[in-house]
Formats: sequence, structure tokens, C-alpha cells
Amino acid sequence: MSIEALPAELVEGPPQRRRTLRLAARNPSVVIGALIVLALALLGLLAPLLDTLPPSEINPVFRNKKPGAERLIRDSNGTEHKYVHRFGTDSLGRDIYSRVLYGARVSLIIGITVAVISVAVGLVIGLIAGYVRWLDGSIMRVMDGLMAIPAILLAMGVVSLSRAGLIAVVIAIVIPEIPRVVRLVRSIVLSIREEPYVEAAITVGTPTPLLLIRHVLPNTVAPLIVQGTFTCASAILIEAVLSFLGVGIPPETPTWGNIMAEGRSLFRVYPHNIFYPGLCLALAVLAINMLGDGLRDALDPRFAKRV
Amino acid sequence: MGKVQAILAIHDLTVTLPKGADRANAVEKVSLEVQPGEIVCVVGESGSGKSVTAQAIMGLLPAELAARSGSILLEGEDVLKADSARLRDLRGTRMAMIFQEPMTALNPVMTIGEQISEVLEIHTGLGAGERRLRVLDIMRAVRLREPERLIDAYPHQLSGGQRQRIMIAAALVLDPALLIADEPTTALDVTTQAEILKLVRELQQRRGTGVLFITHDFGVVAEIAHRVAVMQSGRIVEIGSREEILRRPRADYTRMLIGSVPALKPPVRTPKTGPVALSTHGLSKTYGTLGLLRSGRVVRAAQSVDIAVRRGETVGIVGESGSGKSTVARCVARLITPTAGEIRIGEVDVAQLPERRLRPHRRNVQIVFQDPYRSLNPRRTVGASIVEGPINFGLSREQALDRARRLMTLVGLAQDVLDRYPHQFSGGQRQRIAIARALAMEPQVLIADEAVSALDVSVQAQVLKLLDDVRRRFELAVLFITHDLRVAAQICDRIAVMQQGVIVEQGVTAEIFAAPQHPYTRALFDAAPGKDAAFGSVAGAA
Repeated sequence: MSIEALPAELVEGPPQRRRTLRLAARNPSVVIGALIVLALALLGLLAPLLDTLPPSEINPVFRNKKPGAERLIRDSNGTEHKYVHRFGTDSLGRDIYSRVLYGARVSLIIGITVAVISVAVGLVIGLIAGYVRWLDGSIMRVMDGLMAIPAILLAMGVVSLSRAGLIAVVIAIVIPEIPRVVRLVRSIVLSIREEPYVEAAITVGTPTPLLLIRHVLPNTVAPLIVQGTFTCASAILIEAVLSFLGVGIPPETPTWGNIMAEGRSLFRVYPHNIFYPGLCLALAVLAINMLGDGLRDALDPRFAKRV
Repeated sequence: MGKVQAILAIHDLTVTLPKGADRANAVEKVSLEVQPGEIVCVVGESGSGKSVTAQAIMGLLPAELAARSGSILLEGEDVLKADSARLRDLRGTRMAMIFQEPMTALNPVMTIGEQISEVLEIHTGLGAGERRLRVLDIMRAVRLREPERLIDAYPHQLSGGQRQRIMIAAALVLDPALLIADEPTTALDVTTQAEILKLVRELQQRRGTGVLFITHDFGVVAEIAHRVAVMQSGRIVEIGSREEILRRPRADYTRMLIGSVPALKPPVRTPKTGPVALSTHGLSKTYGTLGLLRSGRVVRAAQSVDIAVRRGETVGIVGESGSGKSTVARCVARLITPTAGEIRIGEVDVAQLPERRLRPHRRNVQIVFQDPYRSLNPRRTVGASIVEGPINFGLSREQALDRARRLMTLVGLAQDVLDRYPHQFSGGQRQRIAIARALAMEPQVLIADEAVSALDVSVQAQVLKLLDDVRRRFELAVLFITHDLRVAAQICDRIAVMQQGVIVEQGVTAEIFAAPQHPYTRALFDAAPGKDAAFGSVAGAA
């Protein structure tokens, strides 16, 4: 190996990417946000191992117990042992601790799926709208139309058309989120397509799809990661609202919204029914928003100033 | 000190840069004086510390820079020791500054009158009526026509030259002893520049203001300087009267700079007789359409442009901003579709070809852009940028890389730079890379759209030489778009002068420079700064 080969090796891989990673890792809101989200995800994922009961198991004897109430449980092999309802039980005697933990699964799944789908679909539509000028007008008017419908109303409509369930809820939340992504991507494409390096690529005969993927798309990554986190947070909130209103996920499935809806009637007597899922919801949304804010600062300082 | 007290006396000023910068001090041991009624030009290339010096005087240094030692005496008072309240008092009353970009230096949502009057409001106790009178006075003094109408106008309603006059008016309204001008004419067209320079000289004579004029343009220096300080990498390498610096420069660096300024007198060139590689006939581009609902506002960016470029020939299109010269370049490169007319590349008319059928012809016409910082994709290696085109046209990666390596040698860069990213290169190096990318396509026509305008004068000379080199070697037809008559004089066989979308005059460079026919061409030549100074011919130029 020649010595001259060394410096060339050293600069392999975009240096700015490594720098942003380092910047992100140094940003406290990225670190805190990511840790909280990770913790919630682990709680949801490992729920069966964390001393929980089946979340839908009804126990009419143990209804509306305060946090810390104890009872005896008989295992499948017949032995009895003491179980503590850490967060109390609801009006059907279900263990709220278990339900909150399992509820994290639904919330995070919905948040992430909505973010991924709306970013993916919005990215494609946005690229087309931004680059194919004659399609821009019609696409954007449709998007304006979608944006004009209140998200919750649209979601209620979609859910009532089909049977309530995870997929219906995801679709209902994705639709109003797409126009936001489209607008963002389109505005980036519109400014990047004027860059001389894009024009240079045109004059060397790069086909349009390649041009978009190679020269335009990379510029959308950082803003989209940020937009994705905000979409994720708002999807979790909307899901909770829909479930709370009784038009979201069926009530037997534990979600934070469902638990709160269930506890609403006895809220004054047993506030713990609403307190724990509400706390988790607030924590999750706060953490994801912090993550997004921090990533925005780290990935693109100019973007942070613009917003 | 027996003489009159200097308005500005900088002594041993050192401004430190933050750690990790390419040098320790932005400005190092700079000493400089401005006497009453004197214009001192600080001239230097980008990064020479000339703007930092100006900022230090105004107390406007960015937070990460610090004046570490030395003194800046403004009429005997050290501004480095002044607190922010005192500095605020001094700005506007004793010293004032005008900037390069008159559009961004003016507040777009305030009227012209309000902005000038703001200075009076802060520093004097005048009532609204008196202030208005003073504002009208100063507007007349900077030779603005119809000040009564302009005083209530907003910045966007004014031309660039008018805006710069407003800036000067606001700076001079309180009769400061010192005016700092930081590249005040760089963003302006030459004819406007000439007017502004004349105005600065006139006002300065009448009011006895001392002027510290920062510029990179030796033409401007030749026009207005009494004394000149040449800066390089934060130090003053030479200081002296205009005659001394321009005629008998002592420092090698000054000699090199002055030697790099292209002369206005075109060299003798033999007419080129190769086959016509590019020709346009009646090329027109119109923006805006007569819509059904909108009242049609139509801009004719280019009208019936006829240009022919032979192989091995350089044809220049010169003109001021908005003359349509870039529109022609972009039409020829087919970055935009012309409204009417023909563009013949060899025998084929590509003017209206749809993208799919145009693509095979694209390799024949390549373009080098003005801004070397934006014409390379920052996320891709230099090598990836260069091989992209040849691979589009069927070369294998290895063949394309091999070609790229040889081109690197040709444009004067090491072959291993192909693995690096654009941000690791200077502006001049990037422009070389952009030229290599264009050449990798083996084009017949090369368009240089203000390709050397963003470069420092010494780098500019090298890139011009490279362009001329590759033209000769590959028998290229070069369409050279520029606003700079000096550059056009040196590199173009023939030039076309454009004004408001129309070619007003076209012919052999030497003939047009010797005897311009059209009034606009004559006005352009008259406005060229430093036209009487003999640049490029200083003895011993490096």
C-alpha cells in the first residue's frame, strides 16, 4: 500500500454526516428525548415480563381499587401468590399498570407507522409536485383541500366508514398529515432545483428520476426526519383523542386513550384511572417533540431558524 | 505630530481569530491613517482582513473575534476603549458606514425618508418637520432626482444605484468625520458604479470627510484613491500614494495583484476560421404570458439574438445585470426553453427539442457557472460529480474515472482529489473542478456564465488562462458571458454587447474596443473604472 493512498481513505464517507451525528449526541434534548422514547418502547415491548396481568382480564370483585391495593392470584399450576395493583384497577377490575404498559405498544406502533407512511407518501408526492411543474397546481390544490378538513373530524369519518381498528385509525391519521409533508418536500425541491449543481447535472444528461434521487432527495432527509418526529407525536395524541371519544381502537384493546375514556366517568372519585395513562401520554409526546427539536438543531441549523 | 490631527489613526491593531481558524489573527499589526478630506483605499483579496478592519473601527466585530491589542483613534478618541453607549453616539455622528448590498442594508418595510430620518431622531432633538427638511436636503446632496417623491417610497421601488445613494445619504446626514465604505459598488453595474464613485468623491471634497474605502477592485482604486493600503492575510504589505502603488509597486504581492488585473486593451488576435459550432437565429425568450385573467406583464429577456461561435473561438456576451446575457446562455444550454428562434449545435436545431430527444445532444454543450460554491453537489465527492455525465453517456465507471484522473492533471489538480468533497477546496480549485466536469463530456461548445466573476483577481487570471488553454487544446467554441469588460477584452475574439434583451453591437473585440459605435457601448466603456490606468503591464509582474 502506498502512503499516498492514506489521506484519500481517511475522507471516505461524508464527513458532514459524522459531524451531525456527533452534534446530535451532544444535544441534551436529543439525548433525553431518545432515552425516554427508548424506555417507553422497552416497557411496551417487555410488558409480559414486567409482572403484568393480561390487560383485558376482568375481575368484578376487584373493581376501582386504589393504587397499591393487594390481592391473591392463583397461577395456572394452582399456587397462590400476592399481587400488587401498582396503579390500581378500573371499573371492570382490570389492572391499570398492565394496561398502561400494553397501551404503550399501540401508541408507539401508531406513532411510528403514521410517521413512516405519511413521510414516504408525502415525499413521493412532494417530489413530483416540486419537479413536474404542470402537475404542481392540481396536486397542491388537492393537498389544500385535505388540509382544510379538521384532522379529528376526518378521522372520525374514516373510522365510522370502516370497522374501528388499528388500520382504520392509522389511515385516518395519515391522510391529514400527508399534505404537511408534501408542502415541506415541495418547498425544498423548488429551492434545490435552482441550485447550479442540479442544473449542471441536467446539462450532463442525468435522467430526471436519477436527478431527483441523487441530487434533490438527500436535501430532504434532515427536514423529513424532524417532520417525522413531530408527526409521530401528533399521531399518538390524535389516537388517544379518537380512542377517548370512542371512535378509535376498540375499547377492549388497551390504549392510553381507551384507559382514560374508561376512567372518565369516575374521574372525581378515582383520578388514578386517568392520571397514569395521561402521564405516559404526556411524557411520550414531550420526549418525541424534544427529540425532534434537538435533531432539527443538529441536522440543519438554518432550518431551525426558519421554522 | 506636527501636521493636522488625523481623523482616523489605527496603530498596531491586532484582531484574533477563534481557535481552529486557518490563521491566528484576522488582522495583525495594522497601522493606518486617514487625514481630513482624504480617500484611503484598503485593497486586498477575500480573507485579507480588510472588512474585519472596518468592523473593528465601527465596533461591529462579530462576537467570536476580539481586538487584542493596538488602538483605533477616531479624532483622538480610542474607539476600542469606548463602551457600547459611547460607540452608539459615535456611529452616525462621527463615523458612518455604507455596505455592499444596498437592498439588504435597507429595511424593506420602512420608507426611505423614515430610514434617513431615524439617524436624526436618535442623535438630534429636531422636530418632525425639521427632520424632513434635513432629509430632503441630504437627498438632494446625493443627487437623487425628485426627492419629494422618493422620500415616501419603499426600498423595493428604487434601483440599486438609488438605494446606494440613500445609504450614502443616511451615512452623511450628520456630517460624520469618517465614512467607511465596504465594497459599496461591488453589487452595482459599471455605469451605476461610475456614478456612485463620482458622488463619493464629490461629497468627500465638499464636506472634507475622510473616507476609508474597502475594495478588491484595482479599477476602483485607480478612480478614487488618494492613498492605498494593500492587505494580504491580515497584514498591510504596502501603503503609499495612488501613483506609487499603481505605477511603482514595491511589494511582490502588489505587483502580482496589479499584474493580474486584465488590461482594457485587447491583444491582437488572429480571426478564427473553424466551422461554426454554435449559432442562434432570432433567439427570443419572453417571460410571463398574456393570461386570460391577469393583466399581462411581459418581460422580453432576450429578443432576436443572433450569435455564431466557431470552433476554437471565444465569443463574449457583455452587458449589465438584466441585459439578458444569462438568459441567452441558459437557452443555449437548454436549461430553459426559448420562446422562439433556432439554436443550432453543429447542424441540429435543439431550440424546441423535448427533453427525451434533447438528451443525446446535451453532451455537446456544457456550462460552467458563476458560483463555485454552489455548482458542485456538497454531498458527493469530486470524482462522483465528474464521472456522472460520462457514465450517463455509456462509459463504464473505470473508463470515466480514468478520464477524470487525466482531466485533474489537465486542470492543475492532483489526481487523488477525486475522493474528496467540494468543501475541502478553495473557490478557484472548485472552478477548476467545474471546468473538468464540463470537459469530461467532450463538448463542442463550452458556456462560461460569469465563470470568473466570483473569484479573486489573482485566481481569476489563472482560471482565465486555463479556459483559454482548454479552448485551444480541444478546439472548443466558447460562449463567454461576463459583465467585466477587462476580462472580455483579454479572452474574447469577438464580443456582443447586450442591453435590455437586445444585442446592440457585435463584432471583433479589438475593433469594438477601439471604436464603439452604439451609444450604450460607449457609455459602458466610459464607465469602466480605472480605464486610464495601465494594468496587466506593470514591469516585473509575477
